Amino acid sequence: MIKAEDLTKHFDTFVAVEGVSFHVQAGEVMVLLGPNGAGKTTTVRMLTSILVPTRGRAFINGYDAVQQADQVRLSIGVLTEHHGLYGRMNAEEYLDFYGQLYRLDAHTRKTRSSSLLERFGLENAYRKRLGEYSKGMRQKLALVRALLHDPPVLLLDEPTSAMDPESARMVRDAIVSLRSKDRAILLCTHNLVEAEELADKVAIIRQGSILMCDTPARLKSTLLGPVEFQATLAADLDGWLPDLPPGVKLIGKGHNWLRFQVDHPEVTNPILLRQMLENRLQVITFQEAPRSLEQAYLAAVTQADEGIQND
Amino acid sequence: MIEQIQPALVIARREVRDQLRDWRIIFPVAVLTVFFPFLMNFTAQQMLGFVNRYGADIIGERLIPFLLMIVGFFPISVSLVIALESFVGEKERGSIEPLLNTPLKDWQLYLGKLLSSTVPPLFSSFLGMSVYLFGLYLQGIPWPEGRVLFLIIILTIVQAVVMVSGAVVVSSQATSVRAANLLASFIIIPVALLVQGESILMFWGTYSTLWWAVGGLVVLAVLLVRVGLAHFQREELLGREIDVLNIRWIGRIFWRSFTGGAKDILEWYRLLFGVTLRRLWPAILIVTLLAGIAYLLGTRLISQFFIELDAASLAEFEKRVGMLVQAWPLFEFKPVLAIWWHNVRVLLAAVLLGWFSLGVLGVLPLMLSLGAAGYLMAVLSVNGLPTMQIVAFVLPHGILEIPAAILATASVLQMGAWMGTPTPGKTVGEVWLTSLADLAKLMVGIVLPLAFAAALIEAWITPRVVMWVMR
Repeated sequence: MIKAEDLTKHFDTFVAVEGVSFHVQAGEVMVLLGPNGAGKTTTVRMLTSILVPTRGRAFINGYDAVQQADQVRLSIGVLTEHHGLYGRMNAEEYLDFYGQLYRLDAHTRKTRSSSLLERFGLENAYRKRLGEYSKGMRQKLALVRALLHDPPVLLLDEPTSAMDPESARMVRDAIVSLRSKDRAILLCTHNLVEAEELADKVAIIRQGSILMCDTPARLKSTLLGPVEFQATLAADLDGWLPDLPPGVKLIGKGHNWLRFQVDHPEVTNPILLRQMLENRLQVITFQEAPRSLEQAYLAAVTQADEGIQND
Repeated sequence: MIEQIQPALVIARREVRDQLRDWRIIFPVAVLTVFFPFLMNFTAQQMLGFVNRYGADIIGERLIPFLLMIVGFFPISVSLVIALESFVGEKERGSIEPLLNTPLKDWQLYLGKLLSSTVPPLFSSFLGMSVYLFGLYLQGIPWPEGRVLFLIIILTIVQAVVMVSGAVVVSSQATSVRAANLLASFIIIPVALLVQGESILMFWGTYSTLWWAVGGLVVLAVLLVRVGLAHFQREELLGREIDVLNIRWIGRIFWRSFTGGAKDILEWYRLLFGVTLRRLWPAILIVTLLAGIAYLLGTRLISQFFIELDAASLAEFEKRVGMLVQAWPLFEFKPVLAIWWHNVRVLLAAVLLGWFSLGVLGVLPLMLSLGAAGYLMAVLSVNGLPTMQIVAFVLPHGILEIPAAILATASVLQMGAWMGTPTPGKTVGEVWLTSLADLAKLMVGIVLPLAFAAALIEAWITPRVVMWVMR
């Protein structure tokens, strides 16, 4: 549904994006992670046929982003960084205006607007001037605008950045629901918790290039090493240590806990647990130690910085 | 076709509705529409009373349509503000990007905005003119003739389109309303000069002369719309982020185009003749044609403004040429430089006029000069001067001077044509700098040396040839 092949954009001598490639299938959410100025917006603008790539190609819903710009624009719903609402209009007029530009008939415009506004909790602000909307409401309305023509592809830039937790949850639920309806979704965000929750794939972009692109689990594994497990006991260990089977490394211990890095948990975890029970240790929990996407992201960025320094 | 225009109308409707809700637009428009015409009525009445007291009926008669033109002009001046707000304001507030993500075509968005910026001020302008005319009716002052009314209505429409399309070009170079307002002087000043020029034509010329102004404005409006369309592209609208005067960038673009990558002067000349001149051929042909037309029109003026030269006048003329030969001795450079500088000033005037008008007014100096030359030649011919003598006045230096002037004018025209040509990936500024560099290249490489050689001949040879032929 979204395919980028060697996308590159130069502005005069400035390289904004260099050789970006990825693929987002229907029913998949890909998160584009990167600091400000990393090239996320430029990438999105190339996907939406606003910027013409200096090199490379992009396909949206099977349409070439340069050659078939009209079909591309009909196939995408875009939530831009700036919401771009008109302060003197109300939501009804605003959505009707965009519905006309998306060539929807009057009945569809009306019914879709009503149901989307209701879904995002804006039904009572239907006739309120958009200038009077709060930041979160504006963001939700911009999202409604992006969904109005029911596009198969969604490009969402920071969809929950200005929202209260309740609204953010509502939007995240909507994204999950859209994924289940086979929409291909590209999400640009700084919110790593959100990214971890929603992403099927994460692409880390920095200085215009994609450093890594994979599932969150594989990214963590690649960047932070094998999976870690922690055993927590009811009493002190009193110096006891297990005989570590091959593929297991002890990476931390406390008076009543142990942390292992495990290559093949399905093989070695039962062995470790058996040893603990045989030694009458009272195990409270034996579980995977949480490792956040944030750690993986920071590790990727550090590696990239070190790479640049070494070069 | 209607289906294609429909999205533009959707854009225009939204914008007009937005304008009608903005008191900052409604208030001045209402004042200019309702109160200003009454003020003009009062002025007309007072002025008519005054000039009629001294028997200057003609001034009174011209004053009525002049005030109508002014009443019509003020509301359309608001169109400039609306256009700047519509194009740059939307860019500044970030509301342009969602629009660019819709299936709208660039020209549909452009047309929608052009309509919304032009139609309401024009409506207000016509309303104001109607109020003014109604006031005249109430005061018992006769209305201008129908053809004058029609002329003023057309002039008002064209002025509005020129201003709005000019505003779009300005907008494409600015990322904030503030910057656009500063750049708007590039529209306001020429339009103010234009209105002054029209006033002069209205008072001292004939009404039909104003149709020439209408014609020129139509050409300019078409060119400006074309420039606007050529540069109103998604990439360009969102590609620029900040308004920074980057002198190094300007210098780099200009120098790159000026040198064309040549390594030495020989290669530079090879490129100049090979690439630049070849590219200029269509413009050279057009300018040559215009020059020929101007010359012919000049010769035809003899039927309107005949001057009879008697023998005494011709003797006096010969005496003066003799004085010139004495005053301009051979190998004296002072007169050469004076003539050269005079010609260079005329060419620079053409560049300046062309710069403001996308090349349209740039052809005026050449056409006026050749028109005047044609008239003079006709005067001499009608008075029985032999062709050989007439040719002697012009040919020696003209053989270099006229091609130099044609080349310079063609380059100015080309500059305007480039601005109106879509150049993907290049901003208006970049295109303008490139065409300016081409102009400079041609001036430095060919036109100025040719003009200097022509000045040498004009100062040292032409007077002597004329003397020789006359004797």
